[in-house]
Amino acid sequence: MSALSDPIPLVRARGVGKSFHGSIALDDVGIDVSRGEVVCIIGPSGSGKTTFLRCINQLETYDKGAIWLDGELLGYREMGDTLRPLSERDIARQRSKTGMVFQRFNLFPHLTALQNITEGPVRVLRQDRARAESSAMELLKRVGLSGKASAYPSELSGGQQQRIAIARALAMQPQLMLFDEPTSALDPELVGEVLSVMRDLAGIGMTMLVVTHEMAFAREVGDRVVFMDRGRVVESGPAGQVMTSPKEERTRNFLRLVSRA
Amino acid sequence: MSMSASFHPVEQRGIDISHMRVVRPIPYGRYLAVALILLAAAFIVKSFAEGQVDWSVTWQYMFWPNILLGLVNTIWISILCMSIGIGIGLACALARDSVNPVLRGASIFYTWFFRGAPLILQLLLWFNLALIFPRMSLFGLFEVRTVDVITPAVAAVLGFGLNAGAYASEIIRAGLLGVDRGQFEAAKAIGMTNSIALRRIVIPQAMRTVLPPLGNEFISLIKMTSLASIIGFSDLLRSVQNVYFINTRIIELLMVATVWYLVVVTVLSIFQHRLETRFGRGFASGVRR
Ligand SMILES: Nc1ncnc2c1ncn2[C@@H]1O[C@H](COP(=O)(O)OP(=O)(O)OP(=O)(O)O)[C@@H](O)[C@H]1O
Ligand SMILES: [Mg+2]
Repeated sequence: MSALSDPIPLVRARGVGKSFHGSIALDDVGIDVSRGEVVCIIGPSGSGKTTFLRCINQLETYDKGAIWLDGELLGYREMGDTLRPLSERDIARQRSKTGMVFQRFNLFPHLTALQNITEGPVRVLRQDRARAESSAMELLKRVGLSGKASAYPSELSGGQQQRIAIARALAMQPQLMLFDEPTSALDPELVGEVLSVMRDLAGIGMTMLVVTHEMAFAREVGDRVVFMDRGRVVESGPAGQVMTSPKEERTRNFLRLVSRA
Repeated sequence: MSMSASFHPVEQRGIDISHMRVVRPIPYGRYLAVALILLAAAFIVKSFAEGQVDWSVTWQYMFWPNILLGLVNTIWISILCMSIGIGIGLACALARDSVNPVLRGASIFYTWFFRGAPLILQLLLWFNLALIFPRMSLFGLFEVRTVDVITPAVAAVLGFGLNAGAYASEIIRAGLLGVDRGQFEAAKAIGMTNSIALRRIVIPQAMRTVLPPLGNEFISLIKMTSLASIIGFSDLLRSVQNVYFINTRIIELLMVATVWYLVVVTVLSIFQHRLETRFGRGFASGVRR
């Protein structure tokens, strides 16, 4: 525990455990993410990467350990030495500090690209529509899709949809962005445009926690890489070190497998 | 590849289909269908024109005040009962998939009962409520005789509304189940509460699949309201019957009712089509040949 330099990291997870009907998905996971840091999580299928992100975003409840976001315990309020589950409204408020980008985009198909982006600011942050729209146009420009404001998701390519999804998450002005394999549902030639938006985000100092199979991205953009296997953190450290000279046997095996693919 | 090439030897010279005339095959099947339909229509029109129907009498009673009153009654009771049905249906559909077992059980029981018992029987039960509970009171605050409260109209609203709710709940539930779970999660991920996510994201998408069967329900409800005449509610059918009991022009008056029912259903269908277009935005789906 003392190895951590940052006094209050943006995300601190300690001993996080989660099981689904008796099968363990997360086991004693501990991670710190400092402000401005890009942390990439890699690992084989079923190792709990998605589950961990979903716990941070409280789409899933964790049942062991603790997660703090910006110094606040997620999901509970401490009352002496007991815990009270937070109300739905408080959970929604905690959640709005993080933005989430899903593997399958999950854009709202009945809304245009612009409406997808303004929906959160207008309905949740109660911004007035004109202001929400002008900042949405800014975001569209940032993800290179100014011309697509009035397109429906069904009219966009996968890469364009994912960039709109990133803009939608950014519109809530999150302190932390969570990405769950944002490019793995994309055709190979569309991967680059999404990664480049993410690279830009990292460049302007956004704190990011990225589950990815893009090893090149993890190496270049990631400050730190966390390797997970069977619900546990096997190894974590500076991206260059974990990717090129991993300490653990399992990490080495995994990297060898993915580099061959 | 080589097989199909030898089967249809095509010389691959530089052609551009936009510069060539397309000769379409003659759609005999379609012509045949049109001819058959026209024939059937002509037959029906002819038989009605020659049959024992005095259309001038039909026309004369079309806007008879008492018949218009019956029409208005049919319309308002249908709209009111459908609204009640949709309200109850939504509540039941949400309760059915809630984490609270009591809500779930109540919802299942409700649908079971109101779908299970025949509609006429439900109407009669409501209308005769006074036989079970002669007096009703609200926590002893004030008390009324049940017969004064349960008029034919009230009994009809209760009977049809509660029944429509049971059917609507299944339709709405199917619609909600049809929306991908990822939509709800994406809505929550941008900080929406359950109720905002439902209202803004899930329900509008469910509307698309819910509208056609719900329109069906509405139409069958409109026609079913004629059952209310057995408990003395003067709907459209009842009001034309009242006229033909006196003047014995049965068929002419039944035609009046038929025309009005068709008018109401047509207006409703147009409205439904508008709604479907509205909620279908952004979805590329459906079959058109
Ligand atoms: N909703 C759920 N119900 C039951 N089991 C689940 C559920 N979600 C995840 N699991 C299980 O938890 C474990 C971790 O799954 P998770 O999706 O987090 O893995 P992952 O690392 O994201 O894998 P992938 O790379 O394939 O996305 C798996 O064994 C999975 O079967
Ligand atoms: Mg996953």
